[in-house]
Parts: sequence; structure tokens; C-alpha cells
Amino acid sequence: MPHTPILTIRNLSAVFPNDNGGLHALENISFKVHPREFVCVLGPSGSGKTTLLRILAGLIPPTSGSFTFGRGEQPSIGMVFQQATLMPWRTVVENIKLPLEVEKMDEAAARKKTNEMIELVGLKGFEDSLPRDLSGGMAQRVAIARALIHDPDLLLLDEPFASLDALTRERMWTELSHIWQARQKTVIMVTHSINESLFLADRVLVLTQRPGKIKMDMPVDLPRPRKDEIRYTSQFGKLAKKLRGAIE
Amino acid sequence: MIKRFTPLFLSTFAFLLGWDLLTRLSGIPNFILPSPLSVWTRFLKAMNDGSLPHHTAITLTEIVLGLIVGVTFATIVGYMLAKSRSLEKVLSPYLVASQAIPVIAIAPLLVIWLGDGILSKVVICALIVFFPVLVNTIVGVRAVPTALYDLMNSLHASRAQILMKVEVPASLPVFLGGLRIGATLSVIGAIVGELVDAESGLGFLLQLGDFQYDTPMVFVAVFTLIALALMLYGIVRVLENRFLKWQN
Repeated sequence: MPHTPILTIRNLSAVFPNDNGGLHALENISFKVHPREFVCVLGPSGSGKTTLLRILAGLIPPTSGSFTFGRGEQPSIGMVFQQATLMPWRTVVENIKLPLEVEKMDEAAARKKTNEMIELVGLKGFEDSLPRDLSGGMAQRVAIARALIHDPDLLLLDEPFASLDALTRERMWTELSHIWQARQKTVIMVTHSINESLFLADRVLVLTQRPGKIKMDMPVDLPRPRKDEIRYTSQFGKLAKKLRGAIE
Repeated sequence: MIKRFTPLFLSTFAFLLGWDLLTRLSGIPNFILPSPLSVWTRFLKAMNDGSLPHHTAITLTEIVLGLIVGVTFATIVGYMLAKSRSLEKVLSPYLVASQAIPVIAIAPLLVIWLGDGILSKVVICALIVFFPVLVNTIVGVRAVPTALYDLMNSLHASRAQILMKVEVPASLPVFLGGLRIGATLSVIGAIVGELVDAESGLGFLLQLGDFQYDTPMVFVAVFTLIALALMLYGIVRVLENRFLKWQN
């Protein structure tokens, strides 16, 4: 991609203080992300994947190193967590609308955008449901809609489908891939599923066991739009094997 | 509706009947245990000569002002303690110690310092309301899920937005539980103050009835207090039903 990168990460390290010299979560991570790129960060448990996302979201500071966004200003961020993290006292509509409220968008415009988003993620008919009445997959769709509604510069996904059952998870891949095509967002997604990363990403970064370092940076040159069947092609299998080899 | 209250009607009827039979058959004199009818007659008399409405209004004023002052302080202090561990370390020994002093024991002091008017009762009432509301505010705010803070921070929400959109609604169930306890205690606070020394109020009326062997009057005052406590409890229940619909 010829564009200037939207995100540049330089020598990022993260150490959490503990009793024996600190827990090294990330060590010397450097990479660039281009606009509209879908990047998956793949790694075993405890490779600091989530830490990387939390640093990029501004939730925790890095111990050393830096990251800069496109033109230098603070980007708007949409984040999806491992759990849906909905507000139980808000209905589906109210949960999705939250980022627009934080931005103080006027009510009529916010309503309109929310309705479009409900359509996009297929939650029509559940507008006024409360989170307690939603299945895991539906709750996670609300969380994705909420992460997209304010048109963020960067979408950060932290194993968003980890808590779903296998069938729902695979259906969500297709839906996310669909939404991504429609919205053309820059996405960084953390996962430990090889299939998930190959199905969704333009590029996969493999992290090593703690302290997390980048072990492999692999482009995924599978054609888009990707259908379910792509997972049974030989090219998919070849890439999967390559990734499997890179993960300890 | 009728079905719901049938047990209550029946038990009330049985209680009144038992009480009436006891006074008729036991030969206990009226100034020791008045009959239900004589209490009712005394109630009508006190309503007609305006003494009961007058004294009830005084006590209710004390309770309402005491609740406003007590709940306001408890909420502010509770929020600050919930947010600052160091402040809690400094203040909590004093708060616990202050709770070890029975309010009844210092009520005479407060009446000496603040006079026998409404002010001393308001302060006693506020003191007795303070602690349960304080504790529940702290517990409620501490129980706000950290994931929701992460969500709000990833959206660059302001402190005020986090307070209004997360902390207040998330801590409301526990807070209202504290208010329910506080509301019933506030009636005790006002009466304790009035029993120490007062020129008016239901506590005054109660003591007057006691001194004059007007036992039916004492009963009227006690039943009015019960009605006040039930009313306050009911108001908090209405608030709970209104704001905590999402819970059940």
C-alpha cells in the first residue's frame, strides 16, 4: 500500500512491576499500519497481545518506546473487548449510541446513525432489549456496533469472539468481514485463532511467548470478499501451516 | 391488586380483633392498654383539634431536612472515599469510631449546643442517616466494573461523563439500598431528638401523652410514626422500581 502509515509503532516495551524485577509483557515491538488495513496480532496466551491494544487505546502508558498516529493528533478509537462490556441499564439502542453521547452529538442525528448501525449488524427488532435478554453473539454484535458508530480512525478488537461458541464465532467472522468491507476501517485485532486471523486479516503479526516480540509479519494474499469455503482451499492451508510453525 | 393485599387485610383485622378481645377480657385498665376504639377516638380528636397534623408536620420537616443533609454529605464523602484509598486510610478510623458512639448518647449534648428547636433534631437525624448511606455509596462506587472505565477512557470521555454515565447508574442499586435503611432510621433520629427536649413534634406529643396518662394519645403518636416510616420506605421502593427496572 502506497499511503503514509496511519500508525507507526517504534520500539514499544511494557514492563509491569512485580516482586522479581518486573513482568516483561512486550519487548521492542515496531511495526506500521496503513489506512484501511486489517491487521491481526496472533500469539499464545500471555504474549502481551492485550497489553499492546491497551497501550494503543491509551488505557495504559508504555514503559518505553512510542507510537504516533498519522498526522500526529489523537485518533478516535473504537474498541471491542473480550466480553461485550455493555451497560446493563441501557437498552441496545442506548448502548450503541454511547460514543455519540460522549461526543455530544445532537439527539436526532445520533438516533439516525444508531438506526443505520442496528441495520448493519442485524439487530433490527432488538432495539429496546436489555443486555440481559441478549445471547452472547448478539451482545458482541452490539459491542461491535458501538465501536463503529462514531466512525473511529482506528478499530481495536481484543479477542472479540473468544467468549462465543464455535458456530457463532464463525458466523461472526463473516459478519465482521462484511462490516469491514462496508466501512473500510483500519483494524487491529488480537486473537489466538489462526483460522480467525487468516479469514479476516490483510496481514498477520505473530508474537512470541512473553516477553512478546514480533516473530513473523506475514501478508495474507487471499482474495476478497472471503467466503466460508476459502477455509478449505490449499492456499489457506499453506498459510495456516506457516503460522502454526511460527507459534511456539 | 385485591388479591395481593388480602393477607395484609386479614392479618390487620386479626391483630385488631385480638387486641380488642385482650382489652375486653383481661380487665387491663385503659390507661395501661387502651382499646383500639379509644385509640381511634383519640386519633379523630387529635385530627379535629389540629394537634396531630401540626406535630406530624414538624416531625416530618425534621426528617426531610435531616435526610437531605445526611444523604448529601454521605454521598459526597462516600464518593471521595471510594475514589481515594489514601483519604479512606486517613478518615476511616474516625468514621468507624464515630459510629461506635450511639447517637442516643450524644443527643442530649446536641440539644444543649443547638437548642431545643428543629435544628438539633435535623442534626441528630442527619447523623443517624449518614453512616448507612456513606457505606453503601462507597460499596456501590467501588463495585463499578473496571471494564466500563476502560470503555469510557477509550472513547476519551470526561470525568463528568464517566460520573454521570457509568458511576451513578452502576452504583444506584447499592446506593438506594443504603437510602432505604437511612430513610427508616431518620424517623428514629427525629424522635430521639424530640424525646430529649422539644416543644413540638410527635416525640413531644408522645411524651405529653405519657405524662398525662393519656395512653391512647401515645398510641396515636406511635402509629403515626409507623405510618411515616412506611411512607418513606415506600418512596424509596418507588424510586427503586423506577430506576432499577433493568435489574429484574
